[in-house]
Amino acid sequence: MFLSYPFIVFLTVLIFLYYVLPKRCQWFLLLVAGFAFYAAADIRYPPFLMATAFTVYGAALWIGRCSQKTAAYRKGPHKEGEAPSRQEKKAFRRKMEKKKKRILLLCLFLNIGILAFVKYTNFVIDNVNTVLEHTGRQELSYIDFIVPLGISFYTFQAVGYLFDVYWEKCEIQKNFLRFTLFVSFFPQLVQGPISRYSHLSQTLYGKHSFDGKNIRSGLERILYGCFKKLVIADRMGAGLHVLAEDPGHYTGGFVFVGMIFYAVQLYADFTGGIDITIGIAEMFGIQVEENFIRPYFSKNIAEYWRRWHISMGTWFRDYMFYPCSISRPVKKIAVFCKKHFGMGAARRVPVYTATMLVWLVTGLWHGARWYFVVWGLANGVILLISEELTPLYQRFHQRFPGLGGSVCYRAFQVFRTILLMSCLRLFDIYGSVRTTLRQFVHMFTQFGSHPVTGEELAGLGLSRADYVILGAGVLVLVLVSLGGRGGSVRETIRRQPYAVRYTVYVSLFFAVLLFGVYGQGYDVRQFIYNQF
Amino acid sequence: MNEKEIRQGVLTVLQELHEDIDYEEEEALVDDRILDSFDLVTLVTELGEEFDVEITAKDFIPENFNSAGRLTQLVLRLLDEG
Amino acid sequence: MMDIIKKAKKPAAGVISVGVFLVLFLGIQRLVVPKYADGLPEGNFTAEYYDETTDHDVILIGDCEVYENIDPICLWSEYGITSYIRGNAQQLAWQSYYMLEDTLRFETPRVVIYNVQALVHDRPQKEEYNRMTLDGMQWSPVKWKAIQASLCEEEDFLDYIFPVLRYHNRITGLQKEDFTYFHKRKKVTHNGYYMRIDVLPVSKSDVADISWLPGGEKEPAGENPGGQEDPYDIDDPWGEIEEAHADEPELQSDTITDKKRRETFGRLPMEYLDRIRRLCEEKGIRLILMKAPSLAPRWYESDNRQVVEYAERYDLPYINFYDLLEETGLDYEKDTYDGGLHMNLSGADKLTKYLGKVLAEDYHMPDHRKDPRYASIYRQKEKFYQDMITVQQAELERFGEIRSY
Repeated sequence: MFLSYPFIVFLTVLIFLYYVLPKRCQWFLLLVAGFAFYAAADIRYPPFLMATAFTVYGAALWIGRCSQKTAAYRKGPHKEGEAPSRQEKKAFRRKMEKKKKRILLLCLFLNIGILAFVKYTNFVIDNVNTVLEHTGRQELSYIDFIVPLGISFYTFQAVGYLFDVYWEKCEIQKNFLRFTLFVSFFPQLVQGPISRYSHLSQTLYGKHSFDGKNIRSGLERILYGCFKKLVIADRMGAGLHVLAEDPGHYTGGFVFVGMIFYAVQLYADFTGGIDITIGIAEMFGIQVEENFIRPYFSKNIAEYWRRWHISMGTWFRDYMFYPCSISRPVKKIAVFCKKHFGMGAARRVPVYTATMLVWLVTGLWHGARWYFVVWGLANGVILLISEELTPLYQRFHQRFPGLGGSVCYRAFQVFRTILLMSCLRLFDIYGSVRTTLRQFVHMFTQFGSHPVTGEELAGLGLSRADYVILGAGVLVLVLVSLGGRGGSVRETIRRQPYAVRYTVYVSLFFAVLLFGVYGQGYDVRQFIYNQF
Repeated sequence: MNEKEIRQGVLTVLQELHEDIDYEEEEALVDDRILDSFDLVTLVTELGEEFDVEITAKDFIPENFNSAGRLTQLVLRLLDEG
Repeated sequence: MMDIIKKAKKPAAGVISVGVFLVLFLGIQRLVVPKYADGLPEGNFTAEYYDETTDHDVILIGDCEVYENIDPICLWSEYGITSYIRGNAQQLAWQSYYMLEDTLRFETPRVVIYNVQALVHDRPQKEEYNRMTLDGMQWSPVKWKAIQASLCEEEDFLDYIFPVLRYHNRITGLQKEDFTYFHKRKKVTHNGYYMRIDVLPVSKSDVADISWLPGGEKEPAGENPGGQEDPYDIDDPWGEIEEAHADEPELQSDTITDKKRRETFGRLPMEYLDRIRRLCEEKGIRLILMKAPSLAPRWYESDNRQVVEYAERYDLPYINFYDLLEETGLDYEKDTYDGGLHMNLSGADKLTKYLGKVLAEDYHMPDHRKDPRYASIYRQKEKFYQDMITVQQAELERFGEIRSY
C-alpha cells in the first residue's frame, strides 16, 4: 500500500503541510490525513475504526471517573463527622473496582467481538459445515464481510490502552479526536507495530519543528525498507510462489529450499514494512518502537520471540499471559497443584496453561485458519519443551565450561534457532496442515529422489541474475544487522565522510530503482511486432 | 506484620525460586531478566499465599518487582489497602 | 578568501550531489531504455522524424500498413515529391491524430494521407506498442495529450515521464546495442519507411490466404487460419497477442468486435478521424484516406463501406488499394515478405508509383528534384537506401533470412 505512486504524492504533500501549518494543528492534520488514507482504501472501513475508538475512549473516561470517585471518597474533603470509616472506604473501593471491571469487560467484549465477528465468522462456518457435511445436512453459506484494514492491529492497540487505564498504568486521553489519532495512526494501520499509549503519546501530540535530521533519517530508513521489500522480498516471493503452488513436484530438498526462501522473504518483507512505518513516523517527529531486533541472531526460541514482532509478543505477554497466569482461577489451580503434586507442578501449571492459551490465541490472531492455530500451538509446545530442557542444558554447560561461550557453540545455537523457526513457518508456506506435515516428512524421505538442481532452481522463475541479486541482498541484510549490534547503523554512516554517506544512499536508491520488483516486466517478445 | 517481617518473608520466597542470587543487593531482578516469566508468576502466587494479599495485573509492573525492597513495599501497600 | 571557500562548501557540495545524482539517473535511464536497433527497429520510428532538416509536402500517418507499404525515397526518385511517414506498430487512431499534431508543430504539408486500418480499434490495445509509438515523441503538450489518450489500464503516466520506471528490469539483460547506441539512435527508416527486401509468397505461407481479398467471397462468420479463438483482437494470425494477454481477461479489444464482424467502427476512432479531418481543414491541408492491400488483418465489406460513406460525406478521396491490384500490378507471390500481411520493397514501390502518379497529376505536387535545397539531402538519403538494400541482400545470402531488421 505504501509503495505506490499516489501514496508517495500523498506523503510528500502531507509532510509539507505538516511543517508549514501551525504546530498545534499537526496532530489534527495527521488525524485527517490518516482518515483520508483509510477511507481511500475503502470507504466502509472508517466506521469500524470509529466504533472502536469511541467505545474505548468512552470506557476509559468512565473508568477514570470511577477511580476519581474512589480517590475523592477516600481523601475528602468531607463534611464534619461524615468522614467515612476505613471499612466504608474499602467497601466503596470494592464497589468501584467491580464497576470498573464491568465497564472493562463490556468494552472488551464489544471490540474483541467486532474483531472476532468480522474475521472469524466464516472460519466458524467452515468448521460447522464440515460437521454438517458429515451428517449430510445443508451447509451454511459464507457471509460476505468486509475486513477493515488493520483491524487486528488497531483493536489491540486500543484494547491495550483500555487495560492500561484500568490498571492505572497510563494517563487517560480526554480529547476524543486525539484519542482517535492514537488508534488510527496511519503508518501503523497496515502491519503495526502495536504501540503503547504511554510511549506513543509522548511524541504523537507534540509540537514538532522542522528538523532536517528527522526527515533525512526517516527517508534513509524508508529507503532501506523499500530495498528489503522490493529487491529482496518480492523477488524471493516470486520464486517461492512457484515452489509452494506445486508441492508435489517441489518436494524433498525443495522443502528445505522453500524454508530458507521464506525465512528470507518474510524477514525482508515484514522488517522492510516496519522500516517504512517507523521511517514515515520519524519524518513527522514521532517515535514508534522497534518491532524487530536482529531476530535471526537469537540463540533459542524464547529469545526469538523477544526479538521478532516484539510489539505483538509484549502485547500478549502483558495483556494476556500475565493477567491469565496470575488470575484467581489459575492461582487456585496452582495452589491445588502445590498441595497435591508439589512445587514443581505448582510452578508449571499456571504458566504452562497460560502459555498454551496465549499461543492458541496468537495463532488465531494471525489468521482464521487451522494451520495458524497449529502453528501457534506448535510454538507454545516448543517453548515449553525448551523450558523443560533448560536444566539439562545447564548441566551440559557445567560439564563443558567454556564451550557455552565459544563462537562455535553460539553459531550452532543461532543456526539451530533459525532452522527451527523456519520449519515452523512451513505452515505459512503451504497454507494447510496436512500438506505441511507431509512436506516436512518428505524433506527427509524424498531428499534423494527430488534433487535440487540448477535447472530446477531456474524453473522457479528466477534467473541467474535474480539469484545473484538475492545473494547480494541477503549479504547486505546480514552486514547491516551485524553492524547494528554496535548501535544505530544510520548513525554510524552519518559519522562517515560525506562522500561515503552519499555513495551509500545513492547506491541504495539505484538498487531499489533498478532491481526492485515493480512495474511491468520487460519481455522483448511482447515488443516484437508480429501483427500489423 | 511489620516491614522487617515482610521483608524476611519476601526474601524466603525469592530464595525458593533461585538459591544463588543475592537478593539483598540486586536492584534489577526483572530488567536484567534474573527472574523470568515463570518466576514472576510463581512469585505472585507465593507472595499472595504467604501474606494473604492479592497482587493483580494492576501492580504487575517491573518497578514493583525489581528488588526485594520494592516487593516489600508492594506487599505493605496491599496490606494497608486491604 | 578562506571564509568564502568555507561558506561555499556546503552549497557547493549540495550542487555537486544533485548534479552527480542527475547524471547517474539520466545515464542509467538512457542505458535501460530499449534501443530498438537490431531485430526490433519499430520503436525508433517516431523519433527519427526530428532529424529531418527539410520539409515535406506529403505526410502519411497510420500503422504498419503505411510504413511498410509506401516508399518515400521512391516518391522522390520517381516524382520528386518530398514525403514522410509518421507511422508506428499498431498506431491507433488517436495516436495518429496526435502524431499529425506533433508534425504540424514543425511544418505544414500540402497533403496528409491517412491509412484507415486502425479504425477497427476503439480502445487502447497493447502497452508495448504504446511505448514504441510514444516514447520517441518529443515532450510537448501534444505528447502529454497523446499519452493520456493512449494509457492502458496497467500503465501510469509517471512511467512515461521516467521511462526508467518501466524499463528498469532490463538492467540485468543489457545488450551490446545498449552501449553502442547509448548516445545516438540507430537510423532504421527511410523517411519513415521500413524496408524489407525478402520475399515470402502468400502461397508458401499459412498465415494468410489469397482468398481473403475483400469482395467476391462471402464473409466468413469467424475464421482464422490458425483456427484459434481470438477474443482479444481481430485477425491475429499468430495468436501471440492472445497469449500475451491470456491472463488479462479484462483487456478486451473493441466491444464492437465480435469474431471479426463489425457493423460500425467505435465512437472513439471515428472521433479522432473527424479531428484529423478538421485539423487538415483548418490548416488548409488536403486529406486523403487510404487502405493498403494487406491480406491480413482482414478488411471486410462492412469496414470498407463505412470508410466510403465517410469519404463521400466529407468529400475526401479514398484510395483503396484492394481495388487497384491491376493498376499497381501487385503480385502477392513476389511483393510481400510475410505471406501477404506487408509488402516488401518491390511491392511498396509498386504501390508508391501509383500513389505518386495520383499526387503528381491530380494534386499537382511539385517536383523538387532540381531544387538544390533538397537535392543534396536526398542524395544522402538515397545512398543510405541503397546501402541498406545491399546489407539486406548480403544477409539474405548469408543467412537465408533478414536478421537485423
